[in-house]
Amino acid sequence: MKEIKSTCIPLQIANIDTDQVIPARFLKATTREGFGDNLFRDWRYLPGDVPNPDFVLNNSTYSGSVLVAGKNFGCGSSREHAAWALADYGFNIVISSFFADIFKGNALNNGILPIQVSDEILATLFEKIDQNPATEIFVDLPNETLEILGTDIKISFKINAYKKECLLNGYDDIDYILSMTDKIKAFVLS
Amino acid sequence: MNMPSTLFDKIWERHVVNRRTDYPDLLYIDRHFIHEVTSPQAFDGLRKRGLPVARIEQTIATADHNVPTKNQHLPIAEKLSRFQVETLRENCKAFGLPLHDLGSEKQGIVHVIGPEQGWTLPGMTIVCGDSHTSTHGALGTIAFGIGTSQVEQVLATQAILQYKPKTMRINIDGVLAKGVLSKDIILYIISQITTSGGTGYFVEYAGSAIRALSMEARMTICNMSIEMGARGGIIAPDETTFEYVKGRTFAPKGENWEKSVADWATLKTDNNAVFDQEHHFKAEDIEPWITYGTNPGMGIGVTQNIPELALNHTAKDMNKSLTYMGLEPQQALLGKKIDYVFIGSCTNSRIEDLRLVADIVKGKQKAKAVEVWIVPGSKKVEAQAIEEGLDKVFEAAGFDLRQPGCSACLGMNEDKIPKGKYCVSTSNRNFEGRQGPGSRTFLASPFTAAIAAITGTIEDARTYVG
Ligand code: SF4
Repeated sequence: MKEIKSTCIPLQIANIDTDQVIPARFLKATTREGFGDNLFRDWRYLPGDVPNPDFVLNNSTYSGSVLVAGKNFGCGSSREHAAWALADYGFNIVISSFFADIFKGNALNNGILPIQVSDEILATLFEKIDQNPATEIFVDLPNETLEILGTDIKISFKINAYKKECLLNGYDDIDYILSMTDKIKAFVLS
Repeated sequence: MNMPSTLFDKIWERHVVNRRTDYPDLLYIDRHFIHEVTSPQAFDGLRKRGLPVARIEQTIATADHNVPTKNQHLPIAEKLSRFQVETLRENCKAFGLPLHDLGSEKQGIVHVIGPEQGWTLPGMTIVCGDSHTSTHGALGTIAFGIGTSQVEQVLATQAILQYKPKTMRINIDGVLAKGVLSKDIILYIISQITTSGGTGYFVEYAGSAIRALSMEARMTICNMSIEMGARGGIIAPDETTFEYVKGRTFAPKGENWEKSVADWATLKTDNNAVFDQEHHFKAEDIEPWITYGTNPGMGIGVTQNIPELALNHTAKDMNKSLTYMGLEPQQALLGKKIDYVFIGSCTNSRIEDLRLVADIVKGKQKAKAVEVWIVPGSKKVEAQAIEEGLDKVFEAAGFDLRQPGCSACLGMNEDKIPKGKYCVSTSNRNFEGRQGPGSRTFLASPFTAAIAAITGTIEDARTYVG
């Protein structure tokens, strides 16, 4: 992941917890695949598994690999299945004005970039998407910038240096820790 | 002289294996709890890399989240659940891990069995693929929930990459009114701090009201730290802690015990240590607390009315929550009719909780229209309840005493609250659909839940206890 240009799917709800992202009854799988089908399940489907026409994922006006969500996204359960469901559905960026800690870590561990912006920028982004669903954003990961195309809004965001390195190189925590095996051994003996 | 430091800092620094500027610390983990739901993909990862489990004796496995709470001696009826538990069995076998399986005497909710078996000891670092790992902090540990990728990290290396969180201290001084429990304290705190106010922080709970609590009551507080966004909660170990730990199956014995206690007694925040944030609350301000909305921060004192707007919520969010709950702003909850009572979960399913409930219901009958499930947190709690005759009290009251597991806390098994029904629950989350699609949850203390079971309504526990 280096640069991403995409339209956005707006989900203007605050405090979206991971039970909404993927309800517990869908956590029975023992692999990482296939969770996308049940992403936002209880909002996305009406009784009888009928797609809810009022839910944004069922609205063909909106598409893209960027989810724009209300403040405090990903609170609640530590289930990484939430990140798997988002990734499996095809999201690689989530934009919000606040993220819960564990979700942020889980997202980064699964190639999803959580971008935290101010409440004002978030509100503007929702407004732009509302006015024109074809609104695109452009994310430059190496430079840590986010642009709303067709406007003069270009902001920088922060991602920690280590995770950025991982995302850019497809690098993995376990490889990094294993490179310190001797230190762990020495620690145990001390 | 050393800089004054916090309890959290002391334990953290003891466990840092490696530190590098701008990188997360590499932290050594003393105990790792695993269960069937968040471990299968981690074991797959180990297989792909050809790695063994690094420290078998520090890894504790049990089945709790996705298990039936009836007929646990029979094969699990639901296919996917059975497969998930069988996958755990196979993984434990393949990697040489002992499993505290259904029916075995040490089985139970991960956060209940850790302390009760003496696996959780002061000064430790503890992780588990479950956000309520914060529970263990009550014994003076740094304990936090992790995702499955990190479960794999810890299985493979017994260490984890973590940025050091900021620290917050929450002081509660004074004396609680009769009928007010530690669950009310934590629900009260969350409604003040909001569900995101603790994000980025590790919380130490202090003050005379905390000191006065039993060990199990402290666990209830630390358990819900995550509901204000915090990574975990911690309480400095003291005599209450040592008394609790002493003699537990895996607690140190003899000379080791003396040595351990001498060390644990040093685990406290130094005078003048500075926290990134500090709050003070008075125990006298806390009444029995109850939630009305769809996150644990949307709570009120049981005698108060639902506000027009909860702290840190927009009118739209508030409206969405209340519509889901079938409630109105300014409505009172006192006297509100309910349909179900769930007494269980890692927040309130320990033996003390069951005793509190039994005290209230002894010699009484549940309200006719109410269904009451009581789900012990562990096999040991279940056995103790039977030994003390609590099962008879519950049976006589018409309660359904089930077998240990997470049950209706998250509704992964068949224990679901039906759509639209109201449930007073001693668990920790009232999210939409948490207890089953369309379920409506009021989070409350074991007292409030027990009284609701008898009266069929939400009442003020202070008028029933004392
Ligand atoms: S009882 Fe509920 S909160 Fe506790 S571990 Fe089980 S599912 Fe999680």
